[in-house]
Amino acid sequence: MIDLFDIMGPIMVGPSSSHTAGAVRIGRMARTLLGDTPVKASLHLHGSFATTGVGHGTDKALIAGLLGMPPDDLDIPLSFDIAEERGLKFTFDELDLRDAHPNSVRMELVGANDRRLNMQACSTGGGRILVTKLDGTDVSFTGDYHTLIIQNMDNRGNLADVTNALALAGVNVANMSMSRSSKGGNVMMIIETDDPAPDFIVQLIERQPGILQVIHYEKES
Amino acid sequence: MNLDSMKDTLSAARQEGKRFWEIVLEADMKNRGVSRTDSLNKMAAVWHAMREASHVYTGERRSVSGLVGGQGKLMREYAAEKTPIGGDFTAQVIAEALSMGESNACMRRIVAAPTAGACGVLPAVLIPLYWQDNLTEDRMLEALFTASGIGAVIAYRACISGAAGGCQAEIGSASAMAAGALVYLRKGTDEQMGHAVAMALKNLLGLVCDPVAGLVEVPCVKRNVIGAVNAIAAADMALAGIESRIPVDEVIDAMGEVGRRLPVEFRETALGGLAATPTGKAVKKQLHGDRKKRTLTIKDARWKLDKSGAETVQNTAAT
Ligand code: SF4
Repeated sequence: MIDLFDIMGPIMVGPSSSHTAGAVRIGRMARTLLGDTPVKASLHLHGSFATTGVGHGTDKALIAGLLGMPPDDLDIPLSFDIAEERGLKFTFDELDLRDAHPNSVRMELVGANDRRLNMQACSTGGGRILVTKLDGTDVSFTGDYHTLIIQNMDNRGNLADVTNALALAGVNVANMSMSRSSKGGNVMMIIETDDPAPDFIVQLIERQPGILQVIHYEKES
Repeated sequence: MNLDSMKDTLSAARQEGKRFWEIVLEADMKNRGVSRTDSLNKMAAVWHAMREASHVYTGERRSVSGLVGGQGKLMREYAAEKTPIGGDFTAQVIAEALSMGESNACMRRIVAAPTAGACGVLPAVLIPLYWQDNLTEDRMLEALFTASGIGAVIAYRACISGAAGGCQAEIGSASAMAAGALVYLRKGTDEQMGHAVAMALKNLLGLVCDPVAGLVEVPCVKRNVIGAVNAIAAADMALAGIESRIPVDEVIDAMGEVGRRLPVEFRETALGGLAATPTGKAVKKQLHGDRKKRTLTIKDARWKLDKSGAETVQNTAAT
C-alpha cells in the first residue's frame, strides 16, 4: 500500500513535489553520503530539471538540501545567500545524461575535510527520489529505508561479514544489492534495513578486512 | 486492508461496524508499523500545517514568473466588503483555494494533497467549514483520514499526478478527496461519501494538465478553486440523497483510462492547451531569457574542481 502521508503530504515548500521537495531530498542525501560539510558543489541538471528547474526553484532546492535543510524549510528560497554565508561555493550547468530520468541531477561535491562524492539521482514524483550512481558505480536506492552503503575490495566473505554483523544486532534486511565497476574492482554494497543499524555495528563492519568505507543513511520520518 | 477499492473498504467498515476513516487509520498503522497515536499525531501535523499556511498568507509575494500573487488577497477583500454571488461561505472557499495555490507558487510551506499543484483544494473547504460549523480538531483529523483513504484508492487504481493522468488526476482527485471529507463532516453516511467522491471525480473527468511554461502557476492556482467548489456541489448532492449512477470504483478506473489515453501534450509537458497559446508561449520565452541571464551570473563565479577530483563531466553549453 502507498504511504498514506505521500497522499496527504509531504508538508513542503512549493511549488512542485518532484522539482522542489524531491530536489531538496536529493541535496540532503548527497550531504549525508558525503559525510562532511560540502564546501564546493558542481551540479549538472538534466531534462526537465534543466528546462523548468529555475521556475520551480529546483536549483535553490538542491542547494538548500546540500546545506542540510529539510523540504519544509522556509529558508529554501534563500538558499543561495545562505550558501554564501556558510562558505558553500557552487555552479550549475546543463548536461545531457543519456537515458536518465527527466528529473535528474549529477553532482560532484568536495567537503570541508576534503571528502569527495560524485552522485547522480533523480526525483521520481511526490518528493520521492532514487540515487542511481555513486562514484561512477550504478546503484539504486531511495532513502525510504535505513541504508548502509558499503564500499569494499572485491573480497570473498565480505558479504557474509556484513550480514552476520547485522544479524548480531537483530537488524532485518529489507533489500540488498551489489555492484562493481569491473571484475576484481571495488564493490558497492547497498543494504536497506527495516531498523537503523546501531553505531557499534557500523563500526564493526568498518573494521572488517577489505571494507573501505561504510556510510549509514538513516531514513527521515 | 490495502485500500485498493472503495467498495471493499466500505464493506470492511460496514462489517466491522466502523467508519471508513478508522479502516484507513488502521491501514496506515499496519503499513508503517506505527501506533494509533503516531498516526493521529502525523495527521495533526498535516492539519496544523494547512492552517498555518492559510494564517501566514498575506498576498504580498509574487511567483518566479510574476504571473501569480495577490489573487487570494483580492478575493478575501471582496468577500469581506461586497456581496459575493455564491454567498459568504463560497467566497471564503474561493479565497482560501487561491491563497494556498499562490503560496505554493511563491515557495511557501504547504501540504501536497495529493500533489503540490492541488494543495489548495482540501484546506479551501476544510478551514472555512471548521470555523463555520465550530468543529473539533478530532473531527478534522477523521475527515483528513477519510480524504487520504480516498486518495490512496485513486492512487492505486488510477493515478494522482498531472504527468501521469492530466489535471483530472491532480485537481480531480483532490476534489474527490475533499467531497468525501465534507460529507463526513456533515454527518453523511459512508455510502453517501462514496457517491460524493464519484460525482466530484466525474465532473472533472478529462481535465488536461497544461501549465504555462511548465510552472505550477497558470492555470493551477485557479484550478484549485474549481476543485474546491466542485467538492461542495458533489457533497451537497450526496447529502441530499443523490447517487452516482456509475459506482465510485468504476469512475476511478475510468479516470485512469482517460489519463492513460490523454495525449502527452496534455500531461504536464507544457506543449498543449493553455501552455501552447500565444500568451503562454510568450511567457515561456520571456522566462527562458531570464534563465540565460542568471546562468551568466553564476558562470562569473565559476570555479573548477581540482583535476584530482571526481570524474570530470562533459558539459553541454548552458543555453
Ligand atoms: S495543470 Fe497540471 S501542474 Fe497545474 S494543477 Fe493541474 S495537474 Fe497540476
